[in-house]
Amino acid sequence: METPKNCIPVIEIEGLKNAFGDQVVHENLDLTVCHGEIVGVVGGSGAGKSVLMRSIIGLQTPVDGSIKVLGENMIDRDEAEAHNVRRRWGILFQNGALFSTLTVAENVQVPLREYFPYIKGALLDEIAAYKIIMAGLPASAATKYPSELSGGMRKRASLARALALDPELLFLDEPTAGLDPIGAAAFDEQLKSLQRKLGFTVFLITHDLDTLHAICDRVAVLADKKVIAVGTIEELLALDHPWIQEYFNGPRGRAVHKGHDVLHGGAAS
Amino acid sequence: MGEETTRDPAGSTSGGRIDIHGPLTISRAGTVERDIEHAADPLVIDVTNVDHMDTVGAWLLHRAVRDRNATIAGAHDEITALMKQVADADRAEPKIHEDPPITPRKLIEDLGRWTIEFGFHMVRLIGFFGAVLLAIAHVMRRPKKFRFNAVVQRFDLVGVRALGIIGLMSFLIGIVVGQQGSVQLQQFGAEVYTINLIGRITVRELGTLMTAIMVAGRSGSAFAAQIGTMKITEEIDAMRTIGVSPVEALVLPRLLAAVVMMPLLAFWAMFMSLLGGGLFVWLGLDIPPLSYIQRLQEVTPLTDLWVGLLKAPVFGFFIALVGCFQGMQVEGNSEEVGMRTTTAVVHSIFIVIVLDAVFAVFFSQVGWI
Repeated sequence: METPKNCIPVIEIEGLKNAFGDQVVHENLDLTVCHGEIVGVVGGSGAGKSVLMRSIIGLQTPVDGSIKVLGENMIDRDEAEAHNVRRRWGILFQNGALFSTLTVAENVQVPLREYFPYIKGALLDEIAAYKIIMAGLPASAATKYPSELSGGMRKRASLARALALDPELLFLDEPTAGLDPIGAAAFDEQLKSLQRKLGFTVFLITHDLDTLHAICDRVAVLADKKVIAVGTIEELLALDHPWIQEYFNGPRGRAVHKGHDVLHGGAAS
Repeated sequence: MGEETTRDPAGSTSGGRIDIHGPLTISRAGTVERDIEHAADPLVIDVTNVDHMDTVGAWLLHRAVRDRNATIAGAHDEITALMKQVADADRAEPKIHEDPPITPRKLIEDLGRWTIEFGFHMVRLIGFFGAVLLAIAHVMRRPKKFRFNAVVQRFDLVGVRALGIIGLMSFLIGIVVGQQGSVQLQQFGAEVYTINLIGRITVRELGTLMTAIMVAGRSGSAFAAQIGTMKITEEIDAMRTIGVSPVEALVLPRLLAAVVMMPLLAFWAMFMSLLGGGLFVWLGLDIPPLSYIQRLQEVTPLTDLWVGLLKAPVFGFFIALVGCFQGMQVEGNSEEVGMRTTTAVVHSIFIVIVLDAVFAVFFSQVGWI
């Protein structure tokens, strides 16, 4: 369950400590995410998954520890370095966080305009248009405002914005939460196929066991204020930790696992 | 993103042939687009030496093939795959806005739409007023179910917490009225009439009016914003489905708080204005406080106080009504909360001033001059 060999680290976290006042959320947390993999992060509600993501992307300043993203130090860095890293990642927030006063196409253009102001006119509009289609939205969604979209479409619009700069690293905070199973499966599929074609790395927070089985290369388990284990689901199942067993072998976990085995003709369990 | 190669970062243009070296990514989109634009047909783009490409690069190549019938030479698998990927996504006419043209007809349409919208707005306001009256009737029949705790909390927010700012504002207004009045009246040697001016204008008009404006800005806006936010987060819908009437639970406590607190705040404002005016008269005109009080009693009829205090609850009612109404009208996004809040303040101040004019005519007609 070590970090895979020939791993090119994209996110390196060492000895991270996060606390709000007296309440310690993370202590001594280590995690490495390698280039080109999809890492799922699981943990109970309140285990600090979103806080972990927020500290990696610099929205939450940790009390202690070091975080490196794409080789750049994320703590105590100056604004110019931060700018450089921000151009290379895309983030999908839990509730989409689309700018409500802009249309979907304008939302997608925000990062493009910010980092590449010399891309103008037709090309800019075309880029927005194909990104929107790529994220699985109908072409007509481009001119709509976020409030006119359904929950699933908003997630996809947010994905389109996250993909605007062809990021090397994509953060997704519960992308399939609130989607129907068909929509969620389609989202997984889309994400996997985009990832395969564009070759980015994904840091994925999820509660969705189907998503974990379908697209994650490795799963990191967040419990007891740290990452207690990272590995493939098979590797995690072999561990004797009560939370992990409860999570993957609870009634829901078993059902998904069984279905997954049947689908893929495996007979692992 | 790969490193820029030093060989020929911009790509070289030769007739109808473009060689691209190094990365073909979004950071070079501008230059590559220009190169393609300037190259002559038939165009050949050689990508043999491209070491890294993203979807924007692929899109540029795809566009050259689509629009210019260009030939892509030396494309390896990764490039072909990405180009296919963006070609699959090329289904949309790039459009950012639905922007209908502005024509004279459109202007007339807008005017019509605005008029109809205004009419509906008025109907909704009357409807809301009716809903409030019904809720009052309902509460009267079953007073035990009414949320008195919520009302007390509103009393605190609308009334007690406004004491400081309204007191300070009124104190300063008293000083200003005294000072400006005395400057004019001194020209006739009639500066003693400054006391008449202070007494009558603050008690009859300014105390209540300025308090109403302050309450509209402070509490009317808060009502609209609170209820509007609750509307967006579906709290109002949740209330309805549980069986709690939002008008009874949210609107009535606010209305009651505004109606009860307005006269009290207005009285406080009058008192503070008289205090401020008295201070000016004492320090500026050397009239001692006792003479000031005595003269105030002589020149300010009690009816002035009634005029001021009778108006206050009416103003309070309309401020709360408009604030809550605008809050309930919020739909869609957070931007609308801000818009509705602004509208609530503007409308309620406007209504207050119109009503004040009506009252002025009314009270002089009934002889309370």
